[in-house]
Amino acid sequence: MRRKDFIEHVGWTGAGIAWSLSATGLLGAQRAEAASPFSFVQISDSHIGFTRPENPDVAGTLRKTIEDINALPNQPAFVVHTGDVTHLSKTTEFDDAKQLLGTLRAPLIVLPGEHDVIGSSKNFFANFARTDAPSGWFSFDQGGIHFVSLVNVFNFEIDGKLGQEQIDFVEKDLAAQKKSTPIVVFGHVPLYALYPEWGWTTEDGTKVLALLRRFDAVTVLNGHIHQIIQHTEGNIRFATAAATAYPQPAPGTAAKPGPLKVPDDKLLSVLGYRSVELATGGGTKVTDRALG
Amino acid sequence: MNKLIPSLALVALTFALHGAGARAATPPALLPAALTIHIKDFKFNPTPAKIHVGDRVTFVNDDDEPHTVTAADKSYDSEGLDTSNTWQHVYSKPGTYKYFCELHPYMKAVVVVTPAPAQ
Repeated sequence: MRRKDFIEHVGWTGAGIAWSLSATGLLGAQRAEAASPFSFVQISDSHIGFTRPENPDVAGTLRKTIEDINALPNQPAFVVHTGDVTHLSKTTEFDDAKQLLGTLRAPLIVLPGEHDVIGSSKNFFANFARTDAPSGWFSFDQGGIHFVSLVNVFNFEIDGKLGQEQIDFVEKDLAAQKKSTPIVVFGHVPLYALYPEWGWTTEDGTKVLALLRRFDAVTVLNGHIHQIIQHTEGNIRFATAAATAYPQPAPGTAAKPGPLKVPDDKLLSVLGYRSVELATGGGTKVTDRALG
Repeated sequence: MNKLIPSLALVALTFALHGAGARAATPPALLPAALTIHIKDFKFNPTPAKIHVGDRVTFVNDDDEPHTVTAADKSYDSEGLDTSNTWQHVYSKPGTYKYFCELHPYMKAVVVVTPAPAQ
């Protein structure tokens, strides 16, 4: 979807009345001050340190992403980066990434991807640790949504595994939530079996999905596969995000996963970020925005 | 004051290195190896690889994607190998060594190390 197609969005007041805004933006301008709807932004897979021809300037495309987000008229409550901030977990890559991400106007949440914990998670935690999440996973409430942020890249030998300790945390955490509370889950690797042949799955993800089924509306946001794929299972909506670095082939359309070369003038159209708002009815409205 | 000079030189060197961005550094010289294992199309080849105690093995990443050579028991780890990067390891004890790629854990392979042949 092109940027010009993203003008339409939804606003609402504290009383929950929603307006669909026209492409002119006039109503948006009038209501923005009055409503200031809660929203957040997801970015993913920046791979700082990557230099191959598929995108020789990943720092530039991340910078463009940040500039676009900073220019949003309604600033998001926060920006979540769903992992693979770096390409090879190098100290210099984390330094560069942290410097760039530090220019975001909104608060930042960062999850690790497997590229951020090569050999050790030390560099990741040194740069993006949360004091309330010594193990890496955590939950919080904001804007009427209960958020659960997961880590599925810490286990050696099995990519996309949560582990029992984390599953126990989720079980206890969700037990305290009402059925009607909108739930949003963050992770790096898809929580469901999107394409196991390429490792695009979380082996024990079904245990967490079972815990999520009792809720009215659940949204699971992840990265890892560098492309937008939406999928629904009952009340659970899955949405993988575009990268800010480079695209990958659609599942099964190539011999292997990996960076996909597109014409230079098309690159920005397959990179981007997404805005997420609470929609009427308790679910979320997910809007993917290309960089060009 | 003179003590500042080495520090400034270090800062300048650090800046110069950092300023070079993530461009490929000069690869370390390779020592003679008994075997080269290529990483291509998300596979280690050959596997199982058969060598003798004391043999050095060179691993080469021929893929577009980075990979690692990580022992299943974590006794050794190449960390991230980008395209064309090499890494060497000497197997000093006999045994069967399972290893995998930490970034793509379904990539699994084996090195079988047997006692050195009689001279």
